[in-house]
Amino acid sequence: MFRFIVRRLLQLIPTLFGLSLLLFIWLRRLPGGPETAILGERGTPEMRAAIRRNLGLDEPILIQYGRFVRRLIKLDLGTSTSTKRPVVTEFFERFPGTVELTVMAMIIAIGIGIPLGYLAARRRGRLFDHLSVGGSLIGICIPVFFLAYVLKALFSENLGWFPSSGRQDPTLGATRITNFFVLDGLMTREWDAAADALWHLVLPGLALASIPLAIIVRITRASVLEVLNEDFVRTAEAKGLTESTVRRRHVLRNAMLPVVTSIGLLTGGLLSGAVLTETVFAFSGIGAFVAEAISQRDYPVLMGFILIIAVVYVLVNLLVDLSYSVIDPRVRVR
Amino acid sequence: MALLEVDDLSVTFARRGQRTVHAVDGVSFSVDAGEVVGLVGESGCGKSVTSLAIMGLLPRQPGLRVGGRAVFDGTDLLQLDDRSRRDIRGRDVAMIFQDPLSSLNPVIPIGLQVTEVLTRHRGMKGEAAQKEAADLLDRVGIPDPRRRLKEYPHQLSGGMRQRALIAMAVACQPRLLIADEPTTALDVTIQAQILELLKELVRDSGTALVMITHDLGVVAGMCDTINVLYAGRVVETARRRPLFREPRHPYTVGLLGSVPRLDAGRGERLNPIPGSVRDVLAWPDGCAFAPRCTRRIDECVGAPPELTLTYDGRSYRCVNPPPVPGTPPPAATDAGAPEPATGGPVPAPREEEKP
Amino acid sequence: MTISPGKKREKIDRLAELAARDDERGVSLWREAFRRLRRNPAAIVGAVILALFLLIAIVGPFLVPYPADAQLWKGEIRDNIGYFPGPRADNWFGVDHIGRDEFSRMIVGARQTLLVGVVSTLIGLAVGSLIGGIAGASAGLGGKWGRAVDNTLMRFVDMLLAMPSLLLAISIAALLGAGLTTVMIAVGVVSVPVFARLLRGSMISQSNSDYVLAATSLGVRKPKIALTHVVPNSLAPVIVQATLTLATAIIEAAALSFLGLGNNDASIPEWGVMLADAQRYLDAAPRLAVLPALAIIVTALGFTLLGEAMREALDPKLRK
Repeated sequence: MFRFIVRRLLQLIPTLFGLSLLLFIWLRRLPGGPETAILGERGTPEMRAAIRRNLGLDEPILIQYGRFVRRLIKLDLGTSTSTKRPVVTEFFERFPGTVELTVMAMIIAIGIGIPLGYLAARRRGRLFDHLSVGGSLIGICIPVFFLAYVLKALFSENLGWFPSSGRQDPTLGATRITNFFVLDGLMTREWDAAADALWHLVLPGLALASIPLAIIVRITRASVLEVLNEDFVRTAEAKGLTESTVRRRHVLRNAMLPVVTSIGLLTGGLLSGAVLTETVFAFSGIGAFVAEAISQRDYPVLMGFILIIAVVYVLVNLLVDLSYSVIDPRVRVR
Repeated sequence: MALLEVDDLSVTFARRGQRTVHAVDGVSFSVDAGEVVGLVGESGCGKSVTSLAIMGLLPRQPGLRVGGRAVFDGTDLLQLDDRSRRDIRGRDVAMIFQDPLSSLNPVIPIGLQVTEVLTRHRGMKGEAAQKEAADLLDRVGIPDPRRRLKEYPHQLSGGMRQRALIAMAVACQPRLLIADEPTTALDVTIQAQILELLKELVRDSGTALVMITHDLGVVAGMCDTINVLYAGRVVETARRRPLFREPRHPYTVGLLGSVPRLDAGRGERLNPIPGSVRDVLAWPDGCAFAPRCTRRIDECVGAPPELTLTYDGRSYRCVNPPPVPGTPPPAATDAGAPEPATGGPVPAPREEEKP
Repeated sequence: MTISPGKKREKIDRLAELAARDDERGVSLWREAFRRLRRNPAAIVGAVILALFLLIAIVGPFLVPYPADAQLWKGEIRDNIGYFPGPRADNWFGVDHIGRDEFSRMIVGARQTLLVGVVSTLIGLAVGSLIGGIAGASAGLGGKWGRAVDNTLMRFVDMLLAMPSLLLAISIAALLGAGLTTVMIAVGVVSVPVFARLLRGSMISQSNSDYVLAATSLGVRKPKIALTHVVPNSLAPVIVQATLTLATAIIEAAALSFLGLGNNDASIPEWGVMLADAQRYLDAAPRLAVLPALAIIVTALGFTLLGEAMREALDPKLRK
């Protein structure tokens, strides 16, 4: 298993190399070039020239690329042009919020999606199946930010069930340890703070979960339908096993393979989807910060965001591969 | 009394906008304790559907109707509720399937797939179950069973997989074993080994065996009684020897004629049955085999032929049976033989992919 | 066991027979798929939605009561107290936040939305098919160079595919600056890797199929096989994907507009931009957001329903 992980990590190197090349090209191609990316549009010509010299933009391109990579490795992503603070610092402050939100969305999507997809497959062709499939098709077609607005208007502004914005009620004066508010509340035994933070996650989590939920329902349904037709399910039935054993051990376990893959693919989309959801709910995570950065043309922040998503994506997919090899012995280390 | 008495079993698939398909149409046969009974026929003749219907394993779908009775040891399997049926399956009646690779769950080890039967029906757990599972694998001829228990289906060879499936089927010493084409997916040499194993198990434990096959060689080597199926009906039932010596249904004759024989002369050709089972669809009334039959007479077309019982306990459904060797053939048969309804000769009935 | 020459020949004959039969089946495959499509209620609903949408988008703009960018009712707007005239005889859908007729804007917006969807899908389809086609053909031709070309192209495609689509679109939009062209290019590029993978995959599986083997064994030349067998049979999944991409393109374009990267030319209404603009007036006039949102959802649903139904109709595995 250890060797498997190491090998997978080694396989990442070309991908990361390609990504850094893309980012490098992207940065150089930005309107106004990298100096604008760092200075914003306010810089004077003298400042621009100074930056160009500082960045070594007059040097050969390969040396420039080498320096760029070295900066990336040292996690030096430059300074945000709008807040004037290092991009890395900004991100570290906001990252926990987005992680909490993403995890919440994933829990909703998986927790509802898999049972729904399974039941739809078992009741194929009946009303429940049609409703699930139809609902998931509609779910894919609703723009996330619009759904976020509707949820906010309905459940928070009209019904008042959930808070409409933020991550936690500031009047609680909760203690901060990790910046994961739910976790902090649990660690400091400030139960009300943890519950409040959790409560703040429900609506944005739902909005963010809509598309992954729809996709997971459909993939689970299709996958279960396929497995139900497999010979080994018939064998399991012929053995007289109880229905729940057949379902857990034989149907779901095999049907989970494509679902796990799709969950990995969906995580990257969730992080970028957070840009829309966090903005609507004024949720202080990376997403809202990046949405602001887009309108401010804050390129260092954008670049940092691309990098973070890429790294998270790569790590999540490593995790997916690992769990895949746990579920399916056929892909196990040979 | 027979161990399993299948009486007028019928399975129909009705689909909206399409004609109802009679996959099994009034099949009756019986299996005595310890007996080996063959269900023989081309693919699509309803032999697999028959076995799945008895086991209650037909995929649930709208429009599926199962009629008739399948009385096992006094209880009608078709009338049982889901729970009691699950209790019987795997314990009293077990089944072996055609394709050992796809019939094994690819993501859990062989050991668990064996022990889960022991846990379910014999309440065995932990080390006791492991030991029993290893003994079972040993009994079906899998070397080094302790190690194999931890392995996954893809790590075993085809023959080993089928042996493992057999081990699961006989784990609770069932009184009836249904084997649906157990050797079709295997190499010829392995086929013989598996058949030998089945024979041995049946002989040692007194288990009755229903052998479903298209292969007359398998039938000849194993079965006490043989039921020949055609288009969802039993067209001939006989003990092994009489059937091979003097088949009374033209279809059985055709089946036997399609098998290459070593003692035939070099110049002699095989006598394949013209057409294929598909042709029956154009033939709703009368004998289903008539479109392909070389002995067709007018009476074949009217109504399904009745079962004719003969002196030695065999039966067949044919209004114009072939002459018993030794008696002179009736004059009319050759002149009246019509051209088959479709196409020229086709190769001997060969098992195509199962649906 | 050895295979006798006779048996080998028999096998090739059977393959050739398969190849010959496949052409026939190719035609009836489409006809069969179409027949199944007509019986699928989802496909009908999708087709009706799309027919309506196309009708409105093509004919509608000639029939609208008012020019879409004329601020004819500017005087009635009370921005400070959030008053915008609602639906009435003159303005069926009311008046928008700067005094334009919402109904006319919705109708003209349909054409614009269709344009964004179609152009970006075409960009994705063209570039993706080019990349996928080259990769598939190289892989099919084999050899050291063929495999190298295939590998390089697919590495690149996989990298694009790994990027979340919205992020990719944002990065591209950042390069190009806000605007309609930006949205089309950004959304188009997002679908490039999907089309490329799809075409390559189906080309490779087609060229490994029995009938191509048969045609090769009969001495048909490779380019001819590619043109007469592989390409036509690979097209079905691409067409299905294009239909589905039209739906996501419209939704993604709306997301880009929401982030302020969309069309900044106020004279041409587009549903995504209208929805984005309406955010600020959600309390005062929710209809300004709900109308374009519903239009987007229904249209995307139409494309999705038809695309999914087509996929189902063409999928041999689901045919039973």
